[in-house]
Amino acid sequence: MDIISAAIPMLLKGLQVTLYIFVIAIILGFIIGLVIALLKLAPSKILNWIAKVYVDAIRGTPFIVQLFFIYFGVNSLHLVSLNSTTAGIVTVAINAGAYFAEIIRAGIQSIDKGQTEAARSIGFTGAQTMRYVVLPQAFRRMLPTITNQSIISLKDTSLLSVIGIADLTQQGQIQASATFEAFKIWLAVGVIYFIIIYLLTILANFIERRIQLR
Amino acid sequence: MSMITVKNLRKSFGKVEVLKDINAIVQEKEVVCVIGPSGSGKSTFLRCLNRLEEISGGEVVINGQDITDNKININKVRQEVGMVFQHFNLFPHKTVLENLTMGPIKIRATEKSAAEKLAYELLDKVGLREKAKSYPGELSGGQKQRVAIARALAMNPKIMLFDEPTSALDPEMVGDVLEVMKQLAKEGMTMVVVTHEMGFAREVGDRVIFMDGGYIVEENEPNELFSNPQHNRTKAFLSKVL
Ligand SMILES: Nc1ncnc2c1ncn2[C@@H]1O[C@H](COP(=O)(O)OP(=O)(O)O)[C@@H](O)[C@H]1O
Ligand SMILES: [Mg+2]
Repeated sequence: MDIISAAIPMLLKGLQVTLYIFVIAIILGFIIGLVIALLKLAPSKILNWIAKVYVDAIRGTPFIVQLFFIYFGVNSLHLVSLNSTTAGIVTVAINAGAYFAEIIRAGIQSIDKGQTEAARSIGFTGAQTMRYVVLPQAFRRMLPTITNQSIISLKDTSLLSVIGIADLTQQGQIQASATFEAFKIWLAVGVIYFIIIYLLTILANFIERRIQLR
Repeated sequence: MSMITVKNLRKSFGKVEVLKDINAIVQEKEVVCVIGPSGSGKSTFLRCLNRLEEISGGEVVINGQDITDNKININKVRQEVGMVFQHFNLFPHKTVLENLTMGPIKIRATEKSAAEKLAYELLDKVGLREKAKSYPGELSGGQKQRVAIARALAMNPKIMLFDEPTSALDPEMVGDVLEVMKQLAKEGMTMVVVTHEMGFAREVGDRVIFMDGGYIVEENEPNELFSNPQHNRTKAFLSKVL
């Protein structure tokens, strides 16, 4: 038991790294998703096409290949030098961005056309209509799916251990081989992931209920 | 001075021409009612007046500005032209008060307190002050439509467009909404009203336009048009609705 309690602080250190990468990547991913969704709905064939290529490319390739492409592939060009944490954040953000884009596009399209017409008839510009009328309503509808995708992305961060990021999974590996207690260590790692995802779900439900009250 | 001048207006959706050579003039303070069978192009005509539909041909001059000219700022023109929809289209994520203040605050940069003062005055006018903090979902259809009228008025428009404002309402709600519109007409608002309420058209309208098949078939003073229609299509339509 002593061995395990000595390992726990190391696992929590890994959790910190996991959460740090997750939070930054998910915010970036949401921004990317919003931009791509707007490109997809823009009245320009070229912009629609760019957005479609992006989404299709991400959806049609495995996460781990995207990670290697960014970390090893892009770095090998010597144009930029991404450290493993940056490469990890970028990959998760780009990956989540494609899925968010589809969620946000569907959310925007689910809002009745009459809302846009009412806003435009008052004199709102297209951008103001998006910002004040369409997106706030779309976001409410999207929240459950956004939460789902965020949870998937959180789990995807465990794959970042393969490029040497000291996240929760990587710390699990280190502790498992250092302590020879693979069963207990991996059980603990699983429990920590579970708790984090559980808390995330509770937070999402709370936000959802608050905005549903209106 | 004429508030609305429409010359040779055409509108097509793809290959289908829905408005064919429409000509119309609406004077300041005039109330013009538009009647006609479903699918005749009444809504499309109305929606061309604030360019909610892109105009395929002709000229639409609103308060001196040709809105078919792409150089004009259509958002500016729309601030002067209120629109009321059949299905209200209130913003469900905003309170009644916010529905009214949003336009003035975000578009005109009106102080919040001034915008709210005006909003309460307008809510008084439509008899719904006590609903200021409610959300649209908590209102009846008739109340929603009165809020929608107040929301349009909050921008202090020179012209009000109504597209079948009472068609989606339960019969007992219709009266309250028509009452608000009558009051507005009495105060001298320039109004174009697409409606099936022939009683309203007769009582409040200065002129009635009958549309069919994308054309204005005939127009006249209400009493004249209802009692002495000139065209067979007008007669056939009126015999069904009167
Ligand atoms: N967005 C649209 N796309 C294609 N056709 C349309 C569209 N809006 C209206 N129409 C067609 O135009 C015609 C006139 O419609 P509308 O102006 O709504 O008539 P009304 O309001 O008199 O019932 C109808 O045949 C309708 O199907
Ligand atoms: Mg119609």
